[in-house]
Amino acid sequence: MSRSLSTTLGALIVLGALAGCTQRAEPWHLTNVTGHLPDLDFTLTADDGRPVDAASFKGRTSLVYFGYTHCPDVCPETMGRLMQVLGKLGPDAQKIRILFITVDPARDTPQALHDYVGAFDAQHAEGLTGTAWQIESLAKRYRVAYQMEKRDPNGNYEVTHSSAVYVFDSEGRARLLATDHDTPDAIAQDLRRIIDDHS
Amino acid sequence: MTIKLKTFASLAGAFALSFGLASAAHAADAHALSVKDAWVRWLPNNLPAAGYATLVNTSDKPVDLVDISSDDYGDAMLHQTVSNGSTQKMVMVDKLTVPAHGQAAIAPGGYHIMLEEAKHKIAPGDTVHLTLKFSDGETLTTPFVVKSPAQAK
Repeated sequence: MSRSLSTTLGALIVLGALAGCTQRAEPWHLTNVTGHLPDLDFTLTADDGRPVDAASFKGRTSLVYFGYTHCPDVCPETMGRLMQVLGKLGPDAQKIRILFITVDPARDTPQALHDYVGAFDAQHAEGLTGTAWQIESLAKRYRVAYQMEKRDPNGNYEVTHSSAVYVFDSEGRARLLATDHDTPDAIAQDLRRIIDDHS
Repeated sequence: MTIKLKTFASLAGAFALSFGLASAAHAADAHALSVKDAWVRWLPNNLPAAGYATLVNTSDKPVDLVDISSDDYGDAMLHQTVSNGSTQKMVMVDKLTVPAHGQAAIAPGGYHIMLEEAKHKIAPGDTVHLTLKFSDGETLTTPFVVKSPAQAK
């Protein structure tokens, strides 16, 4: 009897410890991609025209978004949501960089990107472009699909693309994926955890 | 032949009648449609901008938005963002039905009015006007508030 009681107690303690663990490994609101996507690594051109690589963004949490400036709905909506996220983070927004990587390097010059990200938040957002090959290999690395659509009579065209936002921690490790369905609150809560883990 | 002709004549008469009735209905429903929360998300460098609004139909018949024009933009078109798995693309849309006693939202991630070729300098804080034409013959010239993309919400 006393033995079975102690066994039960032991089991309860183990359960308690497990529950403690579960609490610490609380599920993320966003999609956890830790270990499933490669670290942040690229050589591109910054919106001031200078070459830039992923190492220059170490030490800050990077939100990487593949988009293009001639995109009237989804891209500015996503960028707008990220602005709301920064607003919710308050002073912690200083620890975040938004990297807007164009999938339309033919039209998105560094200057065009500079003006574009500046219209949202010049302080936290940076536009990046590169050669068609640089963009293509980077998109491939993160499994971003994009495709140029047919030109209209004026020569304008749309680019079909995925609108996920990739979250890399301050070490450049891929951690989370945010989609259109994730609210600014959910994104902000998860980002706070990423920031706290690495500060 | 005569029968066919007669049928044709009676059909024509029926058409004329229904047309007359329809016009009468239009007159009664002159203000069936209204627009609320109309705004434009401005982007720099003359990039295509997007207009958004909610269309309200108080009549007991569905009405379609069939054309959009503007004195402020050379080009104004209704587009829809369509998701296909993880990617999204824009498609042109001929019309948008506003249900009877209902609303149709032209909202981010769904429908948007693509605005191109601004005819003059447009900046956040301005008001632009879009003319919305509906299938019941009604035309609404509506003010849209131009917002900075950073403060769109």
